[in-house]
Amino acid sequence: MAKISLIVNGNPVNANVDSRTLLVQFLRENLRLTGTHVGCDTSQCGACVVHLDGKAVKSCTTLAVMADGHEVRTIEGLAADGAPLHPMQEAFREHHGLQCGFCTPGMIMTAVDLVNRKGHDLSDHVIREELEGNLCRCTGYQNIVTSIAAGAKAMGKSA
Amino acid sequence: MYEFKYHRPATVRQAANLLVKNEDAKVIAGGHTLVPVMKQRLASPPHLVDLSHIEGLDTIEMKGRSLVIGATAKHAAVATSAVVGEAIPALAELAGGIGDPAVRHKGTIGGSLANNDPTADYPAAVLALGATIVTNKRRLKAEEFFQGLFSTALENDEIITKVMFPLPKKAAYIKFRNQASRYALVGVFVAKRPSDVRVAVTGAGSDGVFRATAFEEALKKRFSHKVLDGVSASADGLNSDLHGSAEYRAHLIGVLTRRAVEAATAK
Ligand SMILES: Cc1cc2nc3c(=O)[nH]c(=O)nc-3n(C[C@H](O)[C@H](O)[C@H](O)COP(=O)(O)OP(=O)(O)OC[C@H]3O[C@@H](n4cnc5c(N)ncnc54)[C@H](O)[C@@H]3O)c2cc1C
Ligand code: FES
Ligand code: FES
Repeated sequence: MAKISLIVNGNPVNANVDSRTLLVQFLRENLRLTGTHVGCDTSQCGACVVHLDGKAVKSCTTLAVMADGHEVRTIEGLAADGAPLHPMQEAFREHHGLQCGFCTPGMIMTAVDLVNRKGHDLSDHVIREELEGNLCRCTGYQNIVTSIAAGAKAMGKSA
Repeated sequence: MYEFKYHRPATVRQAANLLVKNEDAKVIAGGHTLVPVMKQRLASPPHLVDLSHIEGLDTIEMKGRSLVIGATAKHAAVATSAVVGEAIPALAELAGGIGDPAVRHKGTIGGSLANNDPTADYPAAVLALGATIVTNKRRLKAEEFFQGLFSTALENDEIITKVMFPLPKKAAYIKFRNQASRYALVGVFVAKRPSDVRVAVTGAGSDGVFRATAFEEALKKRFSHKVLDGVSASADGLNSDLHGSAEYRAHLIGVLTRRAVEAATAK
């Protein structure tokens, strides 16, 4: 077992974990933050994307012990309970960027990271390139791309 | 995944001592090869030594006339580094094309080289640019370092600390992605160096990264895609699988080398 301390969605968390625990397992099973999904478990689909020190990473391919001392943000941390949705979440709702919703938390965390890196004015081409690591089995991506472009702009206004 | 003991050393020396003391211990950097492999139980090291918290091991800087990249520099850092963009733009582009944004936030140059996946991108750059791989024990030339599929000259307790790239006059990397895995079906790195020209090929060889000497000879006379008319790669020793035959890969080596030379001369 290993002792870990990290910040999750702004709150300090201390835990004793088996060193082989994946970050996604820790978030879902220990902290009951089940918004982060496991789609493939083989590093391909991006359903498990969270922010580690502000950068998008695949939590199914990250050991919880390696996040010791670091800061994690999950989909639950984008907007407080009952508060208005984060502009990127709102854009997905508005533009039908989801159907079953399984890929959505990863899509949104990836999209917010993309805006942090590349700004608020994103071409469809850039968005599609940046979605290389996120798979959706429902939407055909068209509305996801529309949602991200709109969400990026909205994030610029609310900032 | 089987159980292991996790170690977080603060220095390369501490990391090396942990490797000597604990038999079958392995280092982990980005974990984006090792974690998947451990999940599949294809590796089960009893000890993991985390290099990602060693300060200064990810530094990117110019030293004299070489670009020096620390072993734990992440693909995203290399892709966006102004130093790399200035010194060897082709290398920044290569790093920016590895996997996807989340992979690039974790994967490291040292991990990629130590793994020597026959379809990885960095080995082509290291071989074509004639880089030197520096470990806690010695310096290795690219030719000595790569030793076939997933094998390198690294000893069990040896740690890559940095990679030194001499600056080329011109360089470019072009990869043709496998549509499923998105790794290189074939990738070609072309470098016009002060003394010679090198063409390194990844993805195609059944023994890992290699140099396409017929193309190098032609390009030494004149660095232009025009001298490559009539030059072709042999299918001998190339991979043949459901993604493409050896002949198809040989064809791609020719096409991509021409495109890479064109891209390098256009810069
Ligand atoms: C979805 C996905 C897509 C990818 N696509 C690509 C791609 O298109 N092109 C590409 O090239 N790669 C790709 N990769 C691989 C990625 O680049 C890996 O991160 C990289 O190959 C390994 O780096 P790492 O830091 O994650 O190494 P780790 O997984 O931490 O380690 C890999 C191996 O190297 C050893 N090691 C690590 N660091 C050192 C060191 N400093 N000294 C000695 N040994 C060391 C470890 O012991 C281990 O055996 C992809 C990976 C994923 C998950
Ligand atoms: S569950 Fe992590 S990438 Fe699919
Ligand atoms: S909305 Fe169903 S997987 Fe994307």
